[in-house]
Amino acid sequence: MFRRERSIPLRGSAAALCNNLSVLQLPSCNLTHFGVVHGPSAQLLSAAPEGVPLAQRQLHAKEGAGVSPPLITQIHWCVLPFRVLLVLTSQRGIQMYESDGSVMVYWHALDAGDASLVQAVFARGIAASGHYVCVGTWAGRVLVFDIPTKGPNIVLSEELARHQTPITDIATEPAQGQDCVADTVTADDSGLLCVWRSGPKFKLLTQIPGFGVPCSSVQLWQGTIAAGYGNGQVRLYEASTGTIHVQINAHARAICALDLAPEVGKLLSAAEDTFIHIWKLSRSPEGGYIEVEHCHGECMPDTQLCGARFCDPSGSSFAVTGYDLAEILRFSSM
Amino acid sequence: MSIRTLPLLFLNLGGEMLYILDQRLRAQNIPGDKARKVMNDIISTMFNQKFMEELFKPQELYSKKALRTVYDRLAHASIMRLNQASMDKLYDLMTMAFKYQVLLCPRPKDVLLVTLNHLDAIKGLIQDSPTILHQVDETFRQLTDIYGGLSAGEFQLIRQTLLIFFQDLHIRVSIFLKDKVQNSNGRFVLPVSGPVPWGTEVPGLIRTFNHKGEEVKKTEFKHGGSYVAAPKEGSLELYGDRVLKLGTNMYSANRPVETHMSAASKNLASRTQESIVPNPLAKEELNLLARLIGGMEMQKPSGPEPGFRLNLFTTDEEEEQAALTRPEELSYEVINIQATQDQLANDELARIMGEFEITDQSRRNASKGDDWLAMMDEL
Repeated sequence: MFRRERSIPLRGSAAALCNNLSVLQLPSCNLTHFGVVHGPSAQLLSAAPEGVPLAQRQLHAKEGAGVSPPLITQIHWCVLPFRVLLVLTSQRGIQMYESDGSVMVYWHALDAGDASLVQAVFARGIAASGHYVCVGTWAGRVLVFDIPTKGPNIVLSEELARHQTPITDIATEPAQGQDCVADTVTADDSGLLCVWRSGPKFKLLTQIPGFGVPCSSVQLWQGTIAAGYGNGQVRLYEASTGTIHVQINAHARAICALDLAPEVGKLLSAAEDTFIHIWKLSRSPEGGYIEVEHCHGECMPDTQLCGARFCDPSGSSFAVTGYDLAEILRFSSM
Repeated sequence: MSIRTLPLLFLNLGGEMLYILDQRLRAQNIPGDKARKVMNDIISTMFNQKFMEELFKPQELYSKKALRTVYDRLAHASIMRLNQASMDKLYDLMTMAFKYQVLLCPRPKDVLLVTLNHLDAIKGLIQDSPTILHQVDETFRQLTDIYGGLSAGEFQLIRQTLLIFFQDLHIRVSIFLKDKVQNSNGRFVLPVSGPVPWGTEVPGLIRTFNHKGEEVKKTEFKHGGSYVAAPKEGSLELYGDRVLKLGTNMYSANRPVETHMSAASKNLASRTQESIVPNPLAKEELNLLARLIGGMEMQKPSGPEPGFRLNLFTTDEEEEQAALTRPEELSYEVINIQATQDQLANDELARIMGEFEITDQSRRNASKGDDWLAMMDEL
């Protein structure tokens, strides 16, 4: 069972985007960082365990010329082997900062050159894979940036061109050793999932076709892909083969966010139907195939959710954001 | 973000505006012939071919200021006048109604059905004018041509773009409060029961498969809501059962249009501050306004058809009171066309003016020497 903790107030309400909450846990100093996109600005704040906000900062999308400032599409902390970067994607490009958002270390402008007049231009989908940071674009490209251990010498190492529709989300897990084991999954608006092995040259291992709805959020855990779709379904696939193993009719509206607590294999799903659900993933002892058990459901009345994250690796607490809501809702288990 | 959003925003807000004006014209007992003229004039201007062409071009959403100015002009396309307070209230009602409809759409694509509901009703408001009816049918065709084939992902982006546009608007509307679709804090009620969207399964089932793709287990879980399957898909044909009720006319002569002006939004500082620079209009926005004004009949209040003032409030005193007590943070900024004089040097506008000379028959007695600003003053 979970109980509601004290909410953390936000300067600006959360925008109706998917995956609109990033959480960075810093167990060493007992602080948790939160990042939420408001629209043309994003808010970072750090809070103590009781939820008392200690420091906050606002970031804006670069290149604010024109009548309306560009919108931010996502903000996400990338935990790399030797550093943590804060990455921000917008309608203009990709901004990378030191983890507290104080210094911008890299700016990549999107090349709108080949966007036909009917396409919206933006970057979206952010994940760290080893010492790479992967960022998706409206054209379905995945930009792979090589990140040095320190300093601003970030280099665009590769551009993956498998998707044809805008990237929605990217998931990664630490490399498992062998060459052909998947450690990166990219998802797009058509529901297509591409499974990769990272490296100096990313290798495509397999593809999982969509079925007419966007895959808005994706997670990867111990060779299992968890994908959340626009029709409210969560599907679990075997990453190495792309075979579907579980199909959950989880929500009555589009799923906006998924998160994983890796220590215990717990999956958190949040959707526009105002519900969050927590699921336990496991491998069956007999066949070794993936199984799912429902653990907990929570309703946030009249709130169209847009982001959800566990706040600790054991999944004993989580936070949620909602459209038009100027606070982060928090829950922890009793 | 999506560059296909503007037509949907414009047509739905326009539809709501017509519902409200229609209700007020009847409530205020405006004579039938005058009311009919006003409705026909506004609808005809809204669906003007050149204007629609401009509107349907792929582009970013207009600024809130520019959009509000478009509706100001539209509302004054005929012999009817509205005071600032009434225009503000009209716009509040329009925006909250469409925000509600977008939020409650089961699927992102359902916003298209909402738009068709508005178009269906608009056709019902047109009286004795096959020409105007034809204009609306043309727009219907354009809509289904462009939006009929868009993917679920593109509709999701459109929905997000609309919701970002309406972010932080929490004006309380009497009719919504009474119907319990809005809470007293201005937030809309999101029901957790009823039919699921078309293409979604009722939540509660977990199906497990083996590596051969055979289903090996089926379990249920308690979802928390009480949903039922979707009955059928709404029709996108010219005539058809839309199934969805969102976007149909919720006003009738007996249901007054009221809003509560106490600012329900606590985080007012959080509203995105739009820049108040002297020339806030982008070239595209000016184009749209120019085409809108170009398509309008120039009406003088003292002309053959005497004008009248419509009041969105029950009495004149109420209207005055509303104007005085409107919270600062809720005031709309309307673009002062006078202030954009230097934009006339813009080649684009000169070209548009030239175009109107040749092709637009409805402009009366305009010669190349006419001062464009003087024409604006007449409006």
